[in-house]
Amino acid sequence: MRPILLKGHERPLTFLKYNRDGDLLFSCAKDHNPNVWYSHNGDRVGTYRGHNGAVWCCDVSRHTERLITGSADQSANIWDVETGAKLHTFSFESPARAVDFALGDKLCVITTDPFIGNPSEIHVKRVERDSSRQSNESVLVLRGPAGRINRVVWGPLNKTIISGGEDSIVRMWDVDTGKVIKQSDPETGHQKVISSLAKSADGSHFITGSHDKTAKLWDIRTLEVLKTYSTERPVNAAAISPTLDHVVIGGGQEASQVTTSDRRAGKFEAKFFHKIFEEEIGGVKGHFGPINALAFNPDGRSFSSGGEDGYVRVHHFDADYYHIKM
Amino acid sequence: MGNRREFRWGDAADEDEGIEGVLPPTQVIGPDEKGVKIIIEWRKREDGAKVKVTTTVRVKKQVKKLNPAVVRRRSLKKFGDALGQNASDNLTVVSTEEIFLERTRPAGQQGQKQEEKGAELASLGNASLIVCRTCGKKGEHWTSKCPFKELVANRGFNIGERPPGEEDLGTASVGPGKASYVPPSMRGGKQGDGESMRKGRDDNSIRVTNLSEDTREQDLQELFRPFGSISRIYVAFDRDTGLSRGFAFINFVNREDAVRAINKLDGYGYDNLILRVEWATPRTDRA
Repeated sequence: MRPILLKGHERPLTFLKYNRDGDLLFSCAKDHNPNVWYSHNGDRVGTYRGHNGAVWCCDVSRHTERLITGSADQSANIWDVETGAKLHTFSFESPARAVDFALGDKLCVITTDPFIGNPSEIHVKRVERDSSRQSNESVLVLRGPAGRINRVVWGPLNKTIISGGEDSIVRMWDVDTGKVIKQSDPETGHQKVISSLAKSADGSHFITGSHDKTAKLWDIRTLEVLKTYSTERPVNAAAISPTLDHVVIGGGQEASQVTTSDRRAGKFEAKFFHKIFEEEIGGVKGHFGPINALAFNPDGRSFSSGGEDGYVRVHHFDADYYHIKM
Repeated sequence: MGNRREFRWGDAADEDEGIEGVLPPTQVIGPDEKGVKIIIEWRKREDGAKVKVTTTVRVKKQVKKLNPAVVRRRSLKKFGDALGQNASDNLTVVSTEEIFLERTRPAGQQGQKQEEKGAELASLGNASLIVCRTCGKKGEHWTSKCPFKELVANRGFNIGERPPGEEDLGTASVGPGKASYVPPSMRGGKQGDGESMRKGRDDNSIRVTNLSEDTREQDLQELFRPFGSISRIYVAFDRDTGLSRGFAFINFVNREDAVRAINKLDGYGYDNLILRVEWATPRTDRA
């Protein structure tokens, strides 16, 4: 395969997201403007101008109308996907990090970092269809985890919220009561910072990547660790193939140490693992920095990776990929 | 059906040659339920003879379903920084480098398996597969593990000659004289190095012709691998243009696999062309 290289960002990538139809790819980076691209040919459709800090995460509504972004400028913005117009800004006392639209797009969850005395928080906001009636009120504020909450997603039927972050514990929150229902067992769970969390296509399980050099597959209802994928380097990103029993894991040497060693020693490949057998299938090379973001196209025929090197690489699989035998 | 134009005698009258000189109109039959369309054309050769050209083509309808929302979004207006951007900005570049999903495990595993298989084959008596290029012995060991390797290096006798100790040392005398240069083809009777190498090439070798220009080794690997293990694939490329010359040779480890591949793939439609797969005729020695 010949990947398409997208050079729309001047700083390291932080997050990638396909819309549900798989025709658009959203990219966030530490520069201030998220980009949107056509996923089939890599043409840039537009940029969302208005943030004043690194953009850590984004999510797109089911019918590709709204985009929500969480930024280090202490705000989360809602955008009109097709025009790039800023529809609303949620302001916080500290940098926003993870964002996720709930099923139905009527709610969204936003996490904020610990910052000058404020602890990290998880905010649930109502999202109005008519953005002029949008309020800033949080429906629910959850506190408790120490350190940043790097990723947050909604559980089945919007009844729970799953969060993972610097305290290396995966938590499941009840949306009605605001209590932690379940949390990962420190023995079987991650030992270090959880850097990424991504749901499967059907939402029945999710994968987490951690700096403890493993990625784990969890049941979204029981928080049971189903599988563990071990690599040699800290994991920054992980994604589950929507069609095949594959997961892809990306990471690499920590950014601060990259310049001190050879490029090959960095292990900057996207590694494919068999989801069930936990066996490594292979690697896709190309980045010359750690991989920070990975996303599978919902059709399962392509995936993209974003690196510390500022590039997004969109890979459309060769025909032989679909016939890989273990 | 359909396109047949009514032939009028008046049309012929306009022509100089009269009614004989007019070509019958092009006739299109089909496409029938299998999508086969027959086109019958008439042409005139330079010497005046009429030529009937019948072309049979298959019409295939490919249905691609598209999401209407996706189609609508194809024509989105650019916004933000993408607005003033032009192609020379090179924001989107297709990698010049071909990147593969590099398999981790099977590379090692398969190699091992093949070796094991080789050993098995050798023990089965299918010894002609393993021919030591150093001493010319068949089926005993690989070249790299030849026990006579050091002897070759020390004594300085020519590769391809039998090691001393075997009876017929005399075969070397076929060459002109002891001191003079002996071309490899003349050395050691018919046990020469070139011979054994060529033999390897002709073993279970099949020729595939009428390949499309885009066909690469990898494609052939995919196509022929299901029949059995392949020891060599050679696709002929034009040295000047770098384009494929449309044929390739494939060597199978087992003859049965090659037979099956020929039976199955001769006449197989590949990349819109009908493949021709047959035994490669052994190369007659070029003078």
